[in-house]
Amino acid sequence: MSNKRIDQNGPIALAFHVLLTVFILAPLVVVVVASFSDKDFISMPFDGASLRWYREILDAPELISAFWLSIRLAFASATLAAVVAVPAALAIARHRFVGRDAVMAFLMSPMMIPHVVLGVAFLRFFSIMGWTGSFFAMVLVHALIVVPFSLRLTLAAVIGLERDAENAARSLGASRFVAFRRILLPLIMPGVAGGWVLCFIQSFDEVTMTIFVATPGTTTLPVALYHRIAFLSDPVTTSVSTVMIVGTVVFMFALDRIVGLDKVLIGKK
Amino acid sequence: MADAALRQSSAPWLLSLPSLLLFVGLLAVPMALTAVLSFHVFEGMRGIQPTFTIANYVQVLTDGYYYELFLRTGLMSLGVTAICVLIGVPETLILAKMRPALQGTFFVVILGPLLISVVVRTLGWQILLGRQGPVNSALLSLGLVEEPVRFLYSMTGVVIVLTHVLLPFMIVAIWSALQKLDGQVAHAARSLGAGPITTFRRVVLPQLMPGILSGAIIVFTLAASAFATPAIIGGRRVKVVTTAIYDEFLTSLNWPLGAAIAIMLLIAIVAVVLGSNRLVERRFKQVFA
Repeated sequence: MSNKRIDQNGPIALAFHVLLTVFILAPLVVVVVASFSDKDFISMPFDGASLRWYREILDAPELISAFWLSIRLAFASATLAAVVAVPAALAIARHRFVGRDAVMAFLMSPMMIPHVVLGVAFLRFFSIMGWTGSFFAMVLVHALIVVPFSLRLTLAAVIGLERDAENAARSLGASRFVAFRRILLPLIMPGVAGGWVLCFIQSFDEVTMTIFVATPGTTTLPVALYHRIAFLSDPVTTSVSTVMIVGTVVFMFALDRIVGLDKVLIGKK
Repeated sequence: MADAALRQSSAPWLLSLPSLLLFVGLLAVPMALTAVLSFHVFEGMRGIQPTFTIANYVQVLTDGYYYELFLRTGLMSLGVTAICVLIGVPETLILAKMRPALQGTFFVVILGPLLISVVVRTLGWQILLGRQGPVNSALLSLGLVEEPVRFLYSMTGVVIVLTHVLLPFMIVAIWSALQKLDGQVAHAARSLGAGPITTFRRVVLPQLMPGILSGAIIVFTLAASAFATPAIIGGRRVKVVTTAIYDEFLTSLNWPLGAAIAIMLLIAIVAVVLGSNRLVERRFKQVFA
């Protein structure tokens, strides 16, 4: 009886929890609601509901092209990050070598460095190399900053995996590569795929670093949105944001089905 | 035989090679170039000069303007961290007591926003906190304030929004400490006659401390490196280190000075992380030794 009492949330705790939930959801809800306004400026509350600002997106070619650029950038950088992070994760998880901790720390370091500092460094680097405005260069730096996410999820999948099946394949004559592709890769696929989706989202959402290297021809959606929000009150930002919220929720469901959202968000093993 | 051993020892390096190439070429080299850039001379008319100077650092370290800038950023980050602890600890404990199904739902509600662009979340707050926005209308109609509160372009607004953006990181950190906590110890304290406050202060809180501290380090560093939120909510009135760097690079075009401020920010953040890690180790050696 007494155990049960301390195991339950009291009324004050529940009230606190409800208030916090409101605090967390309020800014997202308000964006979605404001996007259906028919006014010329962002207003809450409003009287007339309309889809005007959704039609307006279609009349803003620079937002549409920024959207597709962000999609291509996120797709390419998440893929490149997986290509380099999966072998690195295998090296770190399965080998004991001198410098292993240093390699791990180096590959995780983009998470520690402020993105403003990375943005500054890439801006300088691109201008020296003549890469300013290059989509390919943006893919490289986006891949770099999302590698830690891919590495972390792939490592979690490799660590604790039995090597029996792989050893059996090898002793039956499979080459290293075949053993990897047919045995190991399918086993770690949930981690790799979950990492890919997380990298995609991180790249798609990245604004602080990208704002330094984006040029008029390589403006991503968050950067375009940032400029519109920071300098004028433009209701089309609310409809674009609503599309982004809906898109993220869809991706969250995908992530939940592939690896489990708790694993991605909390880092549970 | 020797060949096999060699292959064995080179395998991890071959596997890490692609990632290391990417990181040396696109992280180590650009960071080194930025460090070099920060020592270049800048002249308003002619731009970056090939001569070297420590004037940029002298300016950042001695000019009261930059001192205030770093102080403001530090206090802002400290404030956000403190509020995240005060909200995060009770909320994590509440989550821990929920039925598993509800717990899963609220984890998605609380942590899900992490995956939504920070620009979108900040736009939501810009609408909420406006002069005639929902928050001010609510405060006015409840009679809590006489006239609209100025949240936008104020430190209060920036702290509120950064708390919203960074709270999930605190909750995740405390949650992982809580998973290691033995719930029976709290029960034991209660059944031995300790009140709920004593139990919390003497039993639960000390065990959560490692999680709170690691959450605090994450939240502090992310607050000090945040850009979009202070830029949109704080605007030009509440300048922080990151927005100052942005202005040097893209408005004043004084890249060497901007690079010097960026390097100082990086050093400050690394110092805070290493310093608090050592503090944590010392403290917990005392507790657990």
